[in-house]
Amino acid sequence: MSENMRMRAQIKGEITEVKVLMTHPMETGRRKNDVGDLIPANFIQLVSATLNGKPLIEAQWGTAISKNPYLTFHLRGAKVGDVVRVNWTDNQGKTGAGEIAVSAA
Amino acid sequence: MMQRRKFIKALFAASALALMPIKAFAAMWNTPAFQAIKLQEALTALQISNVSLSNNIQIIAPDKAENGAVVQIEVTSHIPNTESIAIFVENNPTVLIANFMFSEGADGFVVTRIKMAETSDVLAVIKSGNRYFSAKKRVEVLENGCG
Repeated sequence: MSENMRMRAQIKGEITEVKVLMTHPMETGRRKNDVGDLIPANFIQLVSATLNGKPLIEAQWGTAISKNPYLTFHLRGAKVGDVVRVNWTDNQGKTGAGEIAVSAA
Repeated sequence: MMQRRKFIKALFAASALALMPIKAFAAMWNTPAFQAIKLQEALTALQISNVSLSNNIQIIAPDKAENGAVVQIEVTSHIPNTESIAIFVENNPTVLIANFMFSEGADGFVVTRIKMAETSDVLAVIKSGNRYFSAKKRVEVLENGCG
């Protein structure tokens, strides 16, 4: 797993619960630093999640997702060992990714 | 000569096409929707219209948020064939927070944490086929989270 993402995917009955914690400043572009200069906007715009490479979720985000974004979503039909992968791209073109194997609760 | 020129032209056209997918991905982010200051502008940019209120959408959020920088929002759609969940905060500087699009295998459900500038309704709009459904939850913000 990459250092900019922490993930967990657990089967809980009919669903698989995926929790994701990303490391990102999520700067809105409206905040000022100590000397009064605007801090440039730096935020994740696109997030995608796949199960064994098959697309599940695509999200577009604005500046109002909190710093170090947190996400929970639910999958159906996943089995132990299946791989959930999450990718993000921010407004400065940087990318991040993480993946985790589905485990039993 | 003409033949060769045509060939080179075609080659350029083909390489331009090869670059398309990357461009399409970058263009995917809905700039007008995310820059919208008024709710109606954001809805229009997302091509959302004729929204009906629904009891089949549940929003779990605090009644009072101590810190507007981190407000946890959970949206569950019980509407069959939920394709997307868009989250709006009407009193934020820009109203659209996020738009989640679900493929088969993912439930119409999401939990995330958002910034709220002040007390506001949090609005969730669900797309199912060509129809749109919404629900609202008031969140009182005690400390501004947009900085």
